[in-house]
Amino acid sequence: MREVYLDNSATTRVFPETAQLMNRIYLEEYGNPSSMHHKGVEAEKQLRQAKQTLAGILKVKPSNLYFTSCGTESDNIAIIGGALAAQRNGKHIITTPVEHPAVLESMKYLEQEGFEITYIPVDGCGRVDPEEVAAAVRPDTVLVSIMHTNNEIGALQPITEIGEKIKKKNPKVLFHVDAVQGFGKALIHPRQQHIDLLAASGHKIHAPKGVGLLYVADGVKLRNLIFGGGQQNGLRSGTENVAGAAGMALSAQKLYEKLDVELDTLYDMKQFFIEQVTQIDGVRVNGLPETGADGKALSLSEAVRMTAPHVISLSFENVRAEVLLHALEDKGIFVSAGSACASNRPHISATLQAIKLPENLLDSTIRFSTGVMNTMEDMQYTADALKEIVPFLRRYTRH
Amino acid sequence: MTYHAFLIKYAEIAIKGKNRTRFELMLIDQIKLALRRCSGRFTIDRMYGRIFVNAQSEYDYDEVVENLKLVFGIAGICPVVILPVVGLDELKKTTAEIFGQEYPDRNVTFKIHTRRLAKNYPLDSQEINAELGEAVLTAYPEAKVDVHEPQVMVTVEVRERIYIYSHTIPGPGGLPVGVGGKAMLLLSGGIDSPVAGWMCAKRGLRLDAVYFNAPPYTSERALQKVKDLAQIVSRYTGPIRLHNINFTEIQLYIYEKCPHDELTVIMRRYMMRIAQTLAKSADCDALITGESIGQVASQTVKALVCTDDVCEMPVFRPLIGFDKEEIITISKKIGAFETSILPYEDCCTIFVAKHPVTKPKLDVIRSHEQNLSEKIDEMFARAIETDEIIQIDRDGEKILKHREDAPVEQAE
Repeated sequence: MREVYLDNSATTRVFPETAQLMNRIYLEEYGNPSSMHHKGVEAEKQLRQAKQTLAGILKVKPSNLYFTSCGTESDNIAIIGGALAAQRNGKHIITTPVEHPAVLESMKYLEQEGFEITYIPVDGCGRVDPEEVAAAVRPDTVLVSIMHTNNEIGALQPITEIGEKIKKKNPKVLFHVDAVQGFGKALIHPRQQHIDLLAASGHKIHAPKGVGLLYVADGVKLRNLIFGGGQQNGLRSGTENVAGAAGMALSAQKLYEKLDVELDTLYDMKQFFIEQVTQIDGVRVNGLPETGADGKALSLSEAVRMTAPHVISLSFENVRAEVLLHALEDKGIFVSAGSACASNRPHISATLQAIKLPENLLDSTIRFSTGVMNTMEDMQYTADALKEIVPFLRRYTRH
Repeated sequence: MTYHAFLIKYAEIAIKGKNRTRFELMLIDQIKLALRRCSGRFTIDRMYGRIFVNAQSEYDYDEVVENLKLVFGIAGICPVVILPVVGLDELKKTTAEIFGQEYPDRNVTFKIHTRRLAKNYPLDSQEINAELGEAVLTAYPEAKVDVHEPQVMVTVEVRERIYIYSHTIPGPGGLPVGVGGKAMLLLSGGIDSPVAGWMCAKRGLRLDAVYFNAPPYTSERALQKVKDLAQIVSRYTGPIRLHNINFTEIQLYIYEKCPHDELTVIMRRYMMRIAQTLAKSADCDALITGESIGQVASQTVKALVCTDDVCEMPVFRPLIGFDKEEIITISKKIGAFETSILPYEDCCTIFVAKHPVTKPKLDVIRSHEQNLSEKIDEMFARAIETDEIIQIDRDGEKILKHREDAPVEQAE
């Protein structure tokens, strides 16, 4: 049976070249980068090369980059470490209700530590208004945390505009961006976008699980959360995951080499897929804007390009997401119900609630997330499967 | 001081007349299985109408007790210190030591209970009681003697050796697994059915189990949960053969052909029929369910009448008079509760009607079942032919028969 993996926002398949490189590091260049001997130097070289590559992509200095164990850890160090280091200037933080749990739970922790958190609401497409974010900035605001790309519905936040506006209002504010879903799918240049802290993850970009990246702008002070041998300037002690770092760099490089072409393909697939599945009755596409900034109606291609290229959130009236998920699975198609990232328990998604998705659709929403390994044929196959399965499932509903 | 042996108390087996030897031997088999999981070497003696587990090497006390506590048939486990037949002075010293070790609080009332079966011992029982009691009081003046209602009873048996024991760790009670034959448990993944299986196993039954799976309406994780529950129960019962039945096709067919408010009752009837067919071929003489009167619509007396109607073999419902809270208490005790409450849907709830019939009429149900006559026989056969059989014990699972997926007929 054909296997169509459309859960790339949960995790991705590692590029074969990346797996090969890592295999070589595991078997041959396995030294500890802190060791004095040749094996250590070899490993340190890999690490340095990885930072160089990723720094080039982000247009920052290698010394601004830190390797962590995952996106969640990067978010935690940035938010908790940043807020604790800056608390003398104030204890107010701004974020949104549609952030990943790595951010929202960090906020809850800080709330217990006496910080005040302001959540800026999002519009029906999951986006915040930069003006509203800036208006919430106060003299005692120390951190603003806004995600780059929403993991559940693919909303793109106006990061550059937010960065500009909040810095104008209060230059001391730290701007953190959770780019776990955006890195590898968009050009991100922290220095031009006024970003002080940026989190990314390896396994969302065809590198392995177990490696994350944190960008820290010059002059930004962070309290470290891990204590130990003082690696990575003492911010993140612990022997570096050399193979993971090298793997993440290589996968990122491969993605960014052909980003323009890949984005075109991903957007074409997204548009085609939406065209196909909206032929089925009672299907709602989530997170797609209807009008542009000028208030004019958008064509589908225009609307699609205002969202993330790889996340497609669809609600199917009178179909339970979990059942549809398993029915698709029987055809070799792997997707997520809502967001699979948080846990494997069915739960009510905060993002879907924040965009005011009608109650009856909360449990009927599926996320299809594509990647560079998918093809147009995959989308056709999946659309065909949906056309068959959805009407079948609707014949048997709860009464 | 380490214990040299464990005295195994078994209340009920003792009264089983001429079957007693058989029961004792089955209990010993189960004890041997439990000890096989423990480090150390042990021998088992059956003497004076009791079972002794003798340690023949170093062992891990906690590990042995934990494993023995899973053996049905054991009412209590007494750790025993064994001495050669020694003189009174040494016996006094050792008894006081054991007392001090077992009751660090020492502020208790106690009684020494001696049985002198070796009549050549220089003192008689009464004299030994008095001497040992005094020894304990001298060592621990906080302790008090109470011969009528002591908090602590120290038993000293003088035989070919001297056995001293004083406290009893409760066992699960019941009868050794296997003495009562075998039954088929309808295992759903909820709180009740694992408890029902455990209770029947406690009465000496060996278990097989059947699970009704309804892909794509139920998930792989729901099946995993059922396997995990079977594994928890298997710690007490030994290996369980789990039959995983693909029930989707039958369920959808009932949905299309029968009134929706009768769906659950008719579905239960087919589950019982399938379970019974499997039970017969697996040498089981009864079915076990976790039903309790009135808990849900399908468990009213009238609904149970409808379910029982299709059963030729007895259906054991050990929870029939239990409240939910009582069931939860047992579920927690056997370690199943945390797994049982994982939120995966099982096939009983996916199409459940908002207002299912609570007083189904048997003749009405029977006549509506006629609507299924066209295809139900072949579907029934297919469900049984395509079952997956998984052998589950506490160490893991082994697939004995792979599932051939039942094709779902796509009605036009």
